[in-house]
Order: sequence, then structure tokens, then C-alpha cells
Amino acid sequence: MIKKLPAAAGVALLSLALAACGGSSGGTASSGGKTTLSYWLWDANQQPAYQQCATDFQKANPNISVKITQLGWDDYWTKLTTGFVSGSAPDVFTNHLAKYPEFVTKRTILPIDDLVKQDKVDTGIYAEGLADLWVGADGKRYGLPKDWDTIAVFYNKKLTEKAGITDAQLKEMAWNPTDGGTYEKIIAKLTVDKNGKRGDEPGFDKSKVETYGLWLESSGNGLGQTQWSMYAVSNGWKFTDKNPWGSRYNYDDPKFQETITWWKSLIDKGYMPPLKATEGVAWNDMLSAGKAAMATNGSWMIGSVAGAKSDKFEPAFAPLPTGPSGTRMSMFNGLADSIYAGTKNKDAAWKWVKYLASPACQNVVGQHAVVFPAIPAAVEVAQKKFGEKGVDVEAFTVNVKDKTTFLFPITDHAAQIESIMKPAMDAVIGGTAPASSLSKANEQVNALFK
Amino acid sequence: MADTVSVPTPRPGAPAGRRRSPQARPHVRRDHRAALFFILPALLGFGVFYLWPTIRGVYLSFTDYSLLTPPAWSGVANYTKLIGDASFWRSLAVTLEYVVINIGVQTIVAIALAVLMHRLTRSSFLRGVLLLPYLVANVVVALVWYWMADYTLGVVNQFLGWIGFGPLGFFGEEHLVIPTIALVNVWRHMGYTALLIFAGLQAIPRSLYEAAAVDGSTEWRSFWRITLPLLRPVLAMVLVITVIGSFQIFDTVAVTTQGGPADASKVVYYYIFEKAFSQFDFGYASAMGVALIVILAGVSLFQLRLLRAGESDLS
Repeated sequence: MIKKLPAAAGVALLSLALAACGGSSGGTASSGGKTTLSYWLWDANQQPAYQQCATDFQKANPNISVKITQLGWDDYWTKLTTGFVSGSAPDVFTNHLAKYPEFVTKRTILPIDDLVKQDKVDTGIYAEGLADLWVGADGKRYGLPKDWDTIAVFYNKKLTEKAGITDAQLKEMAWNPTDGGTYEKIIAKLTVDKNGKRGDEPGFDKSKVETYGLWLESSGNGLGQTQWSMYAVSNGWKFTDKNPWGSRYNYDDPKFQETITWWKSLIDKGYMPPLKATEGVAWNDMLSAGKAAMATNGSWMIGSVAGAKSDKFEPAFAPLPTGPSGTRMSMFNGLADSIYAGTKNKDAAWKWVKYLASPACQNVVGQHAVVFPAIPAAVEVAQKKFGEKGVDVEAFTVNVKDKTTFLFPITDHAAQIESIMKPAMDAVIGGTAPASSLSKANEQVNALFK
Repeated sequence: MADTVSVPTPRPGAPAGRRRSPQARPHVRRDHRAALFFILPALLGFGVFYLWPTIRGVYLSFTDYSLLTPPAWSGVANYTKLIGDASFWRSLAVTLEYVVINIGVQTIVAIALAVLMHRLTRSSFLRGVLLLPYLVANVVVALVWYWMADYTLGVVNQFLGWIGFGPLGFFGEEHLVIPTIALVNVWRHMGYTALLIFAGLQAIPRSLYEAAAVDGSTEWRSFWRITLPLLRPVLAMVLVITVIGSFQIFDTVAVTTQGGPADASKVVYYYIFEKAFSQFDFGYASAMGVALIVILAGVSLFQLRLLRAGESDLS
């Protein structure tokens, strides 16, 4: 870190230097009638599946070759943005709901309505709601869905059995913000202190907890995707005035704040670790280390959690608890493939996007059993493949089957909202501010839309 | 990169003032041309990678620039926003807290280590060991400590448990996170800083210590009366570069807490990075960068003045 004086000037240069050396791995090349398409994705676990799709695609289209590049999540978006500036962005790339509104506003991705119409692509073949997520505020379509994810309870069967809790009980958990319902009872029972006393027994010492009933990944910031969104929405709360493209957030709603108050109360009771425990080793390692009995998280983590099986850790999945509304609610998030507005191979890029979203490729993705494809038939393939590996993923598919999902809130200003809500939620969950303080944060968030 | 802080290494016994032989004069002009030739590559790099970006950074600080659309002139709007931006001032305060703890502890530890190396042992093995943490990449050091200091599973808290202290959320508690990050970086840099100071110590003539010992001075007294005063020019150089380096704290935060909890570790560079690369507000980020240059230049000037870096008490 020791630098000489002129390096101080580097402050201002930071932005420029990095912007200037943007992605050179993108770009396109066509020679001798053969087109090379570049395609980016961030999840290394999914790369083999899409590599297989690319191979099949090249066989059917010998004049196109697809070059897949995988980048880590953080680098991905920085490189993509600098690629847009320098004109070296990939022809086609995996897009995320939190990021694409910005790209629409800045016109860096292509609307594909004409192409969809021209080739009569049926957008009704995907799981309900997924295709609509990719229609921008301007009413134009910016991507075809490729997969989805939902939230469920990850638990260590060794610990639930020891506590005398059956799988049937875990499937029927009910939650409410007043006393936490059977869900909180189970969490309490699964919490064990250093003397072996459980959370629901007299003499339980909450200052010396050995195993927490429920782990938290973080304060959840403004989204709470895997942390609190499922409770708040099952309590009748809505993120925004409308979704997608809302312009008012509802963090001042008492239904939201009472949910957060309950969630925080688990920490005060010693059933859930304090926020400070989330800095360091990741939640899934805590689960496999036996420091927690349960944790809520997303279907994208199935692979790594199931793979951590050991003498002490038998991974299993339970559906989310039902809320006061009587139903369980999971956030429904989906990825899509978008086309770079500056592509020189629009036709080939569209062919590839169309193929990625077709049953042919989605079945291949299902076969690899790493994510749930957007097409229901391919989901069954994936579910069967997961089953063959000994992983029961029904806890994740049940919400889609029962149509008890709510969509990822899509609005403008996602990054700014995050920077307002992260410290605000940290303060509440960390115990330095009451849940009512979120009303003020909500004002700041809504001021962004004025 | 040019070093603007040049410290004369006093070498006792060498002729004081430089004498120029009269024959050298006619060669000056040719020397200049040769010098220019050798400086050119560095100058080119400086122009491309420092000078031009600085000029453009200053320009961008007067614009509204989101990277994907061309910059639009906005006058001093970014600077007016900056003055009223509580987050910026807080991030500056957080950075200052970091620098004070980091430099304070690091300098004292490094002087102690250097003096021990100088007066106690000459073992180059020990010197090598002290330098080891500096050879490990910053990000690796940060992540290893991040895990070692984990609240639940970390070995540091395990150890604290044995001696009867409750677990501490080193990276997770608002009042602990900056001291923790500062000390992690002290651990990494103390060996290197000690080595720099050690080099300065070697320039102090042994005869002074011998004379002091003959006069009955203790080691402790010699340290305060001989070592520290004569070390001042070197110490000034070390302080200037370490303080500037310390202000640049970013990587440790980026790979561990990312500014959390509740913005308690959001240092100014992380705030600039966040504004630029996650919110694409490059105009405002540039304005913060320019403001930081002004502040850091002021700090350095002040330090140099205070420590009278150009002079040595030896001469």
C-alpha cells in the first residue's frame, strides 16, 4: 500500500484508468463467412451446461461459433459496463433484474420485440411471470428468460432429528409476526446452548449459544431476498406501489416494520446470531459446521450446500413457513439473455438468444441439475436429475407449482437504493436503531424517484 | 513515478559540498540531451497514465457523467453537492480514524523493531522474517484475518475464550471494525516500515553511542537523545509515504466488510468506488477525487514543514 506522493493524484485517475482498460475479451470477429459470437456468464457452475448448448448450437449453425467467457459476479458488471463504453461488450450476455433497468435507460441493450414477432417465438412457454420481468418500463422486451430461483429453508437433518423434529413438521411450519408461530417454536427448539439446554427449555443461556436455530446471511439491505422478504410479503406487505416499474417503496409500512421487529427479536432471544457474526465465515459453512440448524437461502445454493455433506451435516430442504395470509411466499427471480446494442452480428446473436431460451437448450441445462430452467418441462428434468443425486428440491419448486411467488422488485435507482437501505437495515438488525427508523430511509429512497 | 521527497542519506566522512571540475562544463549540453533520452520513457508513461487522466479527472468533476452517455457540463454542481454530502464527510472521518490508528501504531512498532534490529541483533534471518507479512498479497492478508477474526468460528475468538473474554465481532461491530482493519494492515506493513527506519539507523555513527556509553548514558537515554533526533529526516520520509499510503485504504475494506456494518468502515476510497462503479456517477466520484488530492497535498505539506525533512542534525 505504500506509494509515493504522485500516486495521490491517482484518486482522480482511478475511475479513468480502470475505464480505459476495459474488457478486451469481448468483441466480435467474422472472417470467411464464419461469425464468432461472444457470450458472457458469471456462474462457473453453469458454464458446462451452456458449453453443451453452444456445441449443439454450432452443430446446427456451422457458420456461427460461440465463445463463452465466465467472470466472477463483481468483475462481470464492471467489465460489462466498460465494454459498453469501449465497444467491446459481448454480443450476448446473461442479464440480471437488478441491473437491466439501467441498461435500458442507457440504450445499451437491444429491444427484441420485432425479432420475437418475426420468428413467432412463444413467450408463453415459460413459468408464469418470468417473461414479463424482461419487459422494460417502455413496454419493450429486453431478454428471453433462461432460469429462475426461489427461496427455501436449508437445514441439517442430523440436528433436527436430534431435537425430535420430523420432516413432516418442517413441511408444515407456520409463521406470524406476533409470536412467530410454529416456525419460531421449531427455531427455539433447534437452538442449543453450551450446557446442552435448548432454546425452549428453562435455564437456556442465550449468551452462550453453541448452535443457533436459524442463521442470517446479512441484514438483507433493501431487498431481503434470502433474509426477510418471504416473511414480510406473507404478512401482506408489498415492496413497491406496483411491480415491475414501481416508483414508491413501502419501507414505512407497519406490516414491514413489524416483520423486521420480529426477525430482529430472534437475535435478542438468542435463537439467531447477532449481525456481527455474519462478517467472516459464510452462512453455508456455519450450517455445515453445525453452528446453525437452519438457514433461509436461494435455490442457486443447492449444489454447494448438498455437496458439503459430512458425518455432522446431512443437508435437506424444507419449504418456507406459511404467513398470516395462509400461504408461503417466495421471491421469484429470473435471469435472461440480452443482446448488446452495439453488436455487429445482430442476426447471429438473436439466433443464439432464441436457442438459449428454447426447450432444446433448457433441457440440456436441466440435465446438468445446477439451476431451474425457465421452461416447466425442463424443470422436471432438473428435478429428476437432482433426485438421482439424492437431493430433494421440492421445497424450491412448490412455490412455483402453487403459484405462491412474488416477483423481484424492479425499479430504477437499484444501486442508490441499496446504498441507502444497507446502513439503515444494518442499524436496525445490529440493534442501534428501532425498526421505525426505516421510515426515514424510505423517504430518502422515494426522493430518488422525484 | 518520480519521488518528490528526496532525503539525503548523510554519510559521515564523505566530502561535504559537491565540487565541480571546470572541464565538465562543455559536456553539460550533451548530458542534457542524453538525460532527456533516458527520461523520455518515464515521462511518456507519466503523461499517459498520470498527467492526462488527472486533467481529464478534473474536467469530469465539473460534469454529469454516467459512463454510458457523454459527459454533460454541470459547472460546480458536484462540488456544491459534495459540501452538503454527509456521507462524504463521514467517510473522510472514518478514513482519518483509520489513518491515525494505522500510522500511530505502525510507526511506534516499526521504530521499536528497527531499534531492536539495530542495537540487539544483526541476524539477517530475523530481518527476513519481519518482512514476511509484507510479501503476502494485501487481499490474502485481509481474507485470512477476516476468517481468523470470525465471531463464531475464528481462532482469535477461540483464543480470547480461553483467557476468559467473550467473543468480539472484530469485523462486525461498528466501533471495532476500523481499529481491526487498521491493525491488520499494521501487521502487514510493520516489517517493511521497520526496514526503512533500520536503513536510517545504520547511517547514525556508532561512535556516538560509544561516546554516550562512556559518559554513562543508558540505552533508553541514548534512544531519546541520539537515535530519535538523528532519525528525524528518515522518519519524515517514512511518515509521508506511509500516511499517503494509509489514506489509500481500500482493498482490505473491499474484500471484507464492503463498508459495513452500517457504513462504519466506508472509507473515502470505497465511497468513491461505490459512486463510480456501482452507481455510475463518475462526475461526482471525480469531484471527490479532486477534493481528496487537495486534502492530501495539504497533509503532506504540513508534515514536511513540521518535520523539516530537508535538514539533518548530523551536518
